[in-house]
Amino acid sequence: MSTTKNNLYGILAEVRNPKELIDVAKLVDKSGYKNYDTFSPFPVHGMDKAMNLNKSKLGWIVLGHGIVGLTGAFAMIYYMMVYDYPLNISGKTLMNIPAWIPVMFELTILLSAFGAVFGMFFLNGLPKFNHPLFNSEQFKKVTDDGFFICIEAEDPQFDAEKVEKLLKNAGAQNIETIHDES
Amino acid sequence: MSKTYEYVPEPALVKGNHDFSSITALVTDINMRPTPKGWYIAFAISNMLLLVLLVSIAYLIWEGTGIWGLNQPVGWGWAIINFVWWVGIGHAGTLISAILFLFRQGWRTAINRFAEAMTIFAVMCAGIFPAIHVGRIWVVYWMFPLPNQMAMWPNFNSPLLWDVFAVSTYMTVSFLFWYVGLVPDLATVRDRIKSKVGKVLYGIGALGWRGSNRHWWNYEKSYMILAGLATPLVLSVHTIVSFDFAVSLIPGWHTTIFPPYFVAGAVFSGFAMVLTLMIICRKIYNLEDIMTVDHIEKMNLIILVTGSMVGFAYLMEFFIAWYGQVEYEKAIFIIRATGPYAWAYWIMIACNVISPQLFWSKKIRRNVTLTFIVSIVVNIGMWFERFVITVSSLSTDFLPSSWGYYSPTIWDVLTYVGTFGLFFTFFLLFLRFLPMIAVAELKGVMPQADPHNYDENGEYVEPKVEVPEPKKLNS
Repeated sequence: MSTTKNNLYGILAEVRNPKELIDVAKLVDKSGYKNYDTFSPFPVHGMDKAMNLNKSKLGWIVLGHGIVGLTGAFAMIYYMMVYDYPLNISGKTLMNIPAWIPVMFELTILLSAFGAVFGMFFLNGLPKFNHPLFNSEQFKKVTDDGFFICIEAEDPQFDAEKVEKLLKNAGAQNIETIHDES
Repeated sequence: MSKTYEYVPEPALVKGNHDFSSITALVTDINMRPTPKGWYIAFAISNMLLLVLLVSIAYLIWEGTGIWGLNQPVGWGWAIINFVWWVGIGHAGTLISAILFLFRQGWRTAINRFAEAMTIFAVMCAGIFPAIHVGRIWVVYWMFPLPNQMAMWPNFNSPLLWDVFAVSTYMTVSFLFWYVGLVPDLATVRDRIKSKVGKVLYGIGALGWRGSNRHWWNYEKSYMILAGLATPLVLSVHTIVSFDFAVSLIPGWHTTIFPPYFVAGAVFSGFAMVLTLMIICRKIYNLEDIMTVDHIEKMNLIILVTGSMVGFAYLMEFFIAWYGQVEYEKAIFIIRATGPYAWAYWIMIACNVISPQLFWSKKIRRNVTLTFIVSIVVNIGMWFERFVITVSSLSTDFLPSSWGYYSPTIWDVLTYVGTFGLFFTFFLLFLRFLPMIAVAELKGVMPQADPHNYDENGEYVEPKVEVPEPKKLNS
């Protein structure tokens, strides 16, 4: 299997609406393609099931960050209030944990939010300077009202003619071959 | 058998005959059109007010906090009042974007971007006050756990330090939440704008977003987690703000009702502020199809609920003061309502408790002009609430011999007025350069977005509302 056929990136096709996008995604998935993706101006309800996507790993990233935030906050306060510069405030205990809860809570939330945002961009491979799909003039509609599907050349069973036929039979229009010009 | 009830279908979220691309055009054309003249005028006025703020701050740093009206016994004045007021306003944005998202309230999509922007700018205005009130601003970093020349750390048992963490976390998380929502819309502007510079700048903001479903998959998860994180965060922030008061021992402050009462008040004033801004903007930018009267009515209902909660809290404070039988506590509440600051107390009651009661009437709830007036009245009332809490408790505390009357100076007033300059400068820049409505999210709640609303041939079919027949009662 060659990954680049004349720098071929994949074959892009447009459908009219969310329902057709789901139908064509189901068909492509059933036909055994793995490296394909659908594009829409908003998340289409039911698309993740149609594409058979695995559960997002983001939750684990956030959990990890949250644990670091919580334990890190505790360690920081313990170091500052008990170990490094203990202050006797009217004879109260140094390990005044109930009073530490607000800061520990805030730092847990802060780190978890970092995890949720930067983890999401990391999983999505963003930011990205350019992408072969941006070479397509019609693809500009994807952020407005265009619904697209692209089967990538990297797919093990990719065959340009077969893919075009599959998409055409599924009712897709504006079928376009995308080249990677970088 | 006759029908025993009427089925009221949910009103459409987007009025008028819109499809996806007309929504895109309606919102993002605002960013691409030449700047309207009125915008320049508003921007100029905001800039002048911003200058007032900068001059007030510069003079404060030069001369010291003596330029404010603070003195014994009132050592906490307009700075804390304005801080709490602005933070409170910010809370509506997070409530709309996070809590209403978790409750699957589709109508939030019309106003969330707008309200989140308001949150960020309001928290910026709020953050100025704790920063400048410290007197020696060049050692303001002592507020943070940073190594300093005294080799000391801040006191983690102090509510004032909790506040530093709460507000800075809130600011950061609100900004991230807002930005995550903006990414797909920045991509929309990037793909539509003609100017080269604009393409590059919006392109940088959009981070290469291309609407991929594998991206949406993680994106939606991230958005939901952020909403889940922001919900307890927003409740904690105003709780901790109320701890600034409640953890002290001053009569009238040392009460356990403060956290819920402050949070309700924050949401109350924030929704009023969103309404004030939204009613102006929907008119100027012709967005009445998206920000409909139904939205205004729903927000008015929240104002009615939270306003009544605040009113209940006022009553409860009196009851507990009597029930607790602490002399100072009983005295301060009587002094509040009848003493030197009674005028402020009754302004507060009239604005916060009485004015929202108008919204029991459906006609008034759907009346844009009256809503606008009430929304401003509510924010005046909420400012006075913080004034009453802060000043009345301090000016008439334990010893009558040390009582004193507090009045602000011109610099207190100018600093406060100046923060409006800061707020509106940023808000106008937001309106001009960023899509003020979450376009991608709005499209997602339109009936055309639901794949179930299409027939086998892929043609759009209007969703039908099925009205269930009433069940027979005696069967």
